[in-house]
Amino acid sequence: MSKRGRLARGVAVVGGGLTKLGLFKDRNCKDFFAEAFIEMVDSVDKGFDPKELDAIYIGNYSNDFFVNQAHWGPIIADLLGHVPKPVTRTEAACASSALAFREGVLAIASGLYDIVLVGGFEQMSKRTTEEVAEGLAMAASPYEVAAGFTFPGVFATMATAYFSRYGVDREILFNVTIKSHNNAPFNPKAQFPMTILDFMNARIERCRKKGEPVPEWKDEKDFLRDPIPNPPVAWPMHLFDCCPISDGAACLLLVAEEIAKRFTDDPIYLAGMGQGSSYSFHAKKDLTSYEATRYAAKEAYEMSGLTPKDIQFSEVHDCFSIAEIVHIEDLGFFKPGEGWKGVAEGLTKLDGPIPINTSGGLKTKGHPVGATGVAQLYEVWVQLRNKAGKRQVPKQNLRIGAAHNFGGTGGTCTFTILERR
Amino acid sequence: MEDRPFNDTSYERFLNEKKIMGSKCNHCGALSLPPRPICISCLGREMNWVQFKGNGKLIAFTSIAVAPPCMMKEGFNRENPYVVGVVELDEGVKAVARIVGMDAKRPDQIKVGTPLKAEFLEKMEGSQIKTSLAFKGPF
Repeated sequence: MSKRGRLARGVAVVGGGLTKLGLFKDRNCKDFFAEAFIEMVDSVDKGFDPKELDAIYIGNYSNDFFVNQAHWGPIIADLLGHVPKPVTRTEAACASSALAFREGVLAIASGLYDIVLVGGFEQMSKRTTEEVAEGLAMAASPYEVAAGFTFPGVFATMATAYFSRYGVDREILFNVTIKSHNNAPFNPKAQFPMTILDFMNARIERCRKKGEPVPEWKDEKDFLRDPIPNPPVAWPMHLFDCCPISDGAACLLLVAEEIAKRFTDDPIYLAGMGQGSSYSFHAKKDLTSYEATRYAAKEAYEMSGLTPKDIQFSEVHDCFSIAEIVHIEDLGFFKPGEGWKGVAEGLTKLDGPIPINTSGGLKTKGHPVGATGVAQLYEVWVQLRNKAGKRQVPKQNLRIGAAHNFGGTGGTCTFTILERR
Repeated sequence: MEDRPFNDTSYERFLNEKKIMGSKCNHCGALSLPPRPICISCLGREMNWVQFKGNGKLIAFTSIAVAPPCMMKEGFNRENPYVVGVVELDEGVKAVARIVGMDAKRPDQIKVGTPLKAEFLEKMEGSQIKTSLAFKGPF
């Protein structure tokens, strides 16, 4: 029998929950997951009895390191009264919960289960910034770590390859940061619900109060050029090119397509999904592209019968500003070398032809790594149900959205397309 | 030498002997650095050792200001950043490594394409000397 590349039966998303993201040292992952779970249960239009859950899949990168506790599956089963039914943890660095989503889909598509909870969580606030950096570096390639690379350093290195190849400089990154921050104030779950102008004004206000010289910036780009508020982390990645350290949790309720209408009149269906892997720098042919993203996208487009032109908006994994530019090229929204132009021309803004990171992206929303994959799909689900409030994509007949999740330094990537029928 | 397995441990042992050793696939001729037991071009499993000369050029880099704990121990920090990068060797393979001899405080002056030569950096790990591959330029 030949490979089909398709699911044996359809899967729908009928509920979702996401915590406010940020730093919450006095709470833990059980608190976060309970909050997301309760929002999810309450979001199911026609109601949902958690006793009906067949299985749970949860993504978590490294609570083992961040809070010295491993084996989170049964902790979540205990929390939700799900015992003795199965719970499985998935790990793929920052793509951990996209794999939980994928496992949930496959379990339903295979016919094994009908109703599955997928989610993810991470608590990063209990460690110092240096420790978190060390914990994240565990997900880079061993050769990169041995040479002294950090996570921001890997993306910074890719940025210099991009700059040199396409004859651009650091200025192209400012457009990504400004665009993402313009979406942030409209996301009540965002860790930094502020525009760059808000940051500038806050800094001016602070200087006034302290009686210090008040800085003057011509505009947002002028502010981002200033190394005082925007110091280098790993040149050319500066502070405002990097996503923050965050805590939080997200979950979605997946059910078999044939029973979806039992839960809501407005289910959002899985149209296609893909997953790929990449080499890191030592064996990579093209330093300005990820084979994992390209492979995942190809799988998802083939499964759905859709093309990049059909995607009306997308969350992409903007852990660093340069990453967003490379991803929108790898996903086929822009040609190689033209992603930066698309961002500069405003094509990826909320009201542009291909809005990217309507949630504000990881940069502003926050990036609790194990929660991120499902948190991105939560945004797509909210947008497709026209419930995104002031950050709602202003398009008639919004039908198809996607999310791209990226683990480590690109070792694991997923691309998932959802549709409203 | 021929008895050593084609893996990371052998690579590190060779570095301690100041040699940059990789593998060459007997079947398709593809080169790998560090050496590999399985060729990623043709999936062949018969390898030969090959020594790299250590000449190459910088193809991407960064200057790291927020250093990980292991580099902070060596004295690197926001005031004293260091450069790491990707080097393409003349033989065609890539290496990720520390880049020395360039001003880490002026990364905007560092040019992709700069010719580099291999350097062996030694540091103590416990009671043992560990050698790592670095590159120095411009040459």
